[in-house]
Amino acid sequence: MAKIRKAVTVTLRLLALAATVVAVVIMATSKETAHVLNLTFTAKFTHTPAFKYYVVVEAIAGFYTVLALLLASKSLLSRLTLILDLVVAMLLTSSIAAALAIAQVGKQGNSHAGWLPICGQVPRYCDKLVVSLVAGFVAALVYLLLLVYTLRAALHPVFAIKP
Amino acid sequence: MGEEEVGQKRQKAVVLVLRAAAFLATAAATIVMALNKETRTFVVATVGTTPVTASITAKFQQTPANVFFVIANAMASNHNLMMIGSDLLGLDYRGFKLPLVAILDMLNAALLSAGVHGAAFMAQLAKNGNSHARWNEICDKFQGYCNRGGIAILASYVGLLVTLGITVVSIVKLLKPKPQPQPLASEIEVP
Repeated sequence: MAKIRKAVTVTLRLLALAATVVAVVIMATSKETAHVLNLTFTAKFTHTPAFKYYVVVEAIAGFYTVLALLLASKSLLSRLTLILDLVVAMLLTSSIAAALAIAQVGKQGNSHAGWLPICGQVPRYCDKLVVSLVAGFVAALVYLLLLVYTLRAALHPVFAIKP
Repeated sequence: MGEEEVGQKRQKAVVLVLRAAAFLATAAATIVMALNKETRTFVVATVGTTPVTASITAKFQQTPANVFFVIANAMASNHNLMMIGSDLLGLDYRGFKLPLVAILDMLNAALLSAGVHGAAFMAQLAKNGNSHARWNEICDKFQGYCNRGGIAILASYVGLLVTLGITVVSIVKLLKPKPQPQPLASEIEVP
């Protein structure tokens, strides 16, 4: 039973690691220049604080996942790992929500505030952002699943961890 | 009353107070953001000597992130209210209660975190604009709307921190080893 539990946990963490790495790399390398009416218009993730926050948080989450994978054997740290998992899950949900809020304005604009959508001018930048945001969403979901899985032993006696 | 019982009662009281604080904070955030509306009239042109005015309204429904903020805070305050009610009424679902409460608290914290951060970054965009995307700031014209939105976001942050504390307490309670029932001396079979 302990082996299956460890295998599932390691698989979930590897999936989260892959998702965070994809999110960081694709957003960091997304850059596009557009020419509109003799003006050059560059789109980079550093122009928006929400995307900067997103990249930083995903990087922190990826780094923590690597740490958790390496230190998985020590059972003394299991409670600390659980609490840190909770903190990282909260950080991931916050970063994806912030990035999605700004990306929604970039895609559809906000007519009430007079903000025009920018995806018409920089379509490839927008496509790369979509991929990165999907990866970030998967990372947040996987971390929440990991937390529920860690606590599932208390949900029902059937899942009780046998010594 | 043994010492352990006194400790448990104290812990229950602490959790109840934390839940009440979280409920008040998220309910305040919901109400302040839901009633956030400001109308301003601007002079857009002058025809002869009479100015032509147009009135523009800033409402929270115009920004999807703020709509999500209101919904998330409403659900969070509802959750806390239900938990306070079930604690006071002493409901117990055949031992399911503690794990159910821990997982629901965790999901509540995730929802609240997403809601508050989406609204906070939209507020930052409204306050500073984004020169690269040619998005103008709107807070210089609608100061009351922005101030009230800021207060709602601050209240929700306080609620988020308290909810995180409650979640940690619930998880720690869940992981505590339950005392195993000892067999009576008369039941032990001597082989």
